[in-house]
Formats: sequence, structure tokens, C-alpha cells
Amino acid sequence: MNSNPTVRWFWFASPQTFFPLAGTIARWCAVGAALLALAGLYVGLVAAPTDAQQGEVYRIIFIHVPAAWMSMFIYLVMAGWAAIGLAFNTRLSFMMAQALAPTGALFTFIALWTGSLWGRPTWGTYWVWDARLTSELILLFLYLGFMALHAAIDDPRRADRASALLAIVGAVNVPIIYYSVQWWNTLHQGASVSLTRAPSMAATMLTGMLLMALAFWAYSIAAVLVRVRCIIRERE
Amino acid sequence: MSHGFFLWGAYAVTFAVLALEVWFLFRRSRRAGPSRQIK
Repeated sequence: MNSNPTVRWFWFASPQTFFPLAGTIARWCAVGAALLALAGLYVGLVAAPTDAQQGEVYRIIFIHVPAAWMSMFIYLVMAGWAAIGLAFNTRLSFMMAQALAPTGALFTFIALWTGSLWGRPTWGTYWVWDARLTSELILLFLYLGFMALHAAIDDPRRADRASALLAIVGAVNVPIIYYSVQWWNTLHQGASVSLTRAPSMAATMLTGMLLMALAFWAYSIAAVLVRVRCIIRERE
Repeated sequence: MSHGFFLWGAYAVTFAVLALEVWFLFRRSRRAGPSRQIK
């Protein structure tokens, strides 16, 4: 291997060299996800106190908020890999984008499902055509559209390029989801956790939410790397 | 309906769909078979 760091970076851009590395990282992340989820569930369901206003049902946020974060973040990573694939014509980049889509769609579904079940007892409705909820639903359709478009084109290289364009164009929806609660008067509340100000919740609640977020991160990395290994074996 | 219904409905479905994804990944991994070119 060349000692130049730039060249070493491209060394792992080859599916053949990335394949064993992905397997090792996936195993460690799967173990990490299980441990973090156990810790997060303990803090969220046992250690965290009952909310004074919402009662026990507020504990849905320990999966709802991390799932919503993951749904947006995975889309941006997917669009990023798609853009790298189009710019550098690297096969692994397109494979990564393809591998990210089902997990991203899953987290989007979880965010919508758990949000709906939280909304019924607190807002009095499962669903409203609110800017945050509607833009998150559009994100689910973008993921499904990406997967459907890729599956509809027989030539894998053409499928890669067509779906990559859709992923990049669809990325405009992510800031719309994130800022929707600021730009419009929405039923959905604003961000409870921000990098620029102190959190508006108890420390135990924040710990539980961050542990579950880390568990979902580790799970996503493991699932995506296992899937990209399948794609490499199917296509190479 | 009680709050427990919504709480456990959210947690059960979340972990069920994640488990389903893991099962589909294992199945796909088995079907992809051992790598011929890649070790």
C-alpha cells in the first residue's frame, strides 16, 4: 500500500478492498448497537422519570427523535455518495447509495409511525398535514422512488446514474424538514436538542435519547455495510 | 385507549421492523453465496 494518505483513501474505493473492511466494521457496529440499545432502553423506559404533562407516553420520543434524525442524516449521506459516484465514476459510491436507501426508508417509516402514535394521545390526532409531517412523508416517497427507479432499470450502471440524480435533487427536502418548524406555524414543536443552545429536557431524558441515537447510528452502519457486501457479491 | 397501547405499539413495531430488516439481510447474504473473487 502506498504511504501517501490520499492514495490510501482511494485504495478503499475499490469494492474488492472495501469488502473485508466492511465485514469487520459491521460486526463491531452490530455488537455496539445491541449494547447501546440495551443501555438506551434501560434509561428511557426505567430510569427516566414520568413526564409531568404527557405521562408515560412521552417515552416514545426515545425512538421517535433518533429515528427522525437518522432518516434525514442517511438521506444526506446517500445523496453525498451519489454525488461522489457521479463526479468520480466510482462503483463503490453508487453501491453505498443503493445500500443506504432501505435503511433510510425504514427509519423514516419508524419516525412517522412513532410520531403518529405519540400524536394521538397528545395532539388528539394520528396525522395532520403539517409542514414537518408532510415533508417527512415526502422523504419516505423519495427513498421509495430511489429504490423503485434503481430496480426499474436493467443496466446497473444506468440505474446507478439515474437514481443518483434523484437522490441529489431530493436532498433539497432535508433542510425543508429540519427548518419547517421555524419557517411555518406547525403543530409539531421546535427542536428539543440543538448544538447551539442548552437542551430543554431533563438530563436523564437527554441521556436516553442520545444513547438510542448512538444505537441507531451503530445499527445503520452495520446494516448498510452488510447490505453493501451483498451488493458487491451480486454485482462483481 | 390507554397510553400503554400507544407506547408499546411504537416500541413493538420499531423493533419488529428492525428485526425484519436483519432477517432480510441474513437471507440476502446467504443467497449471495460465498465470494468467488473477494476474500
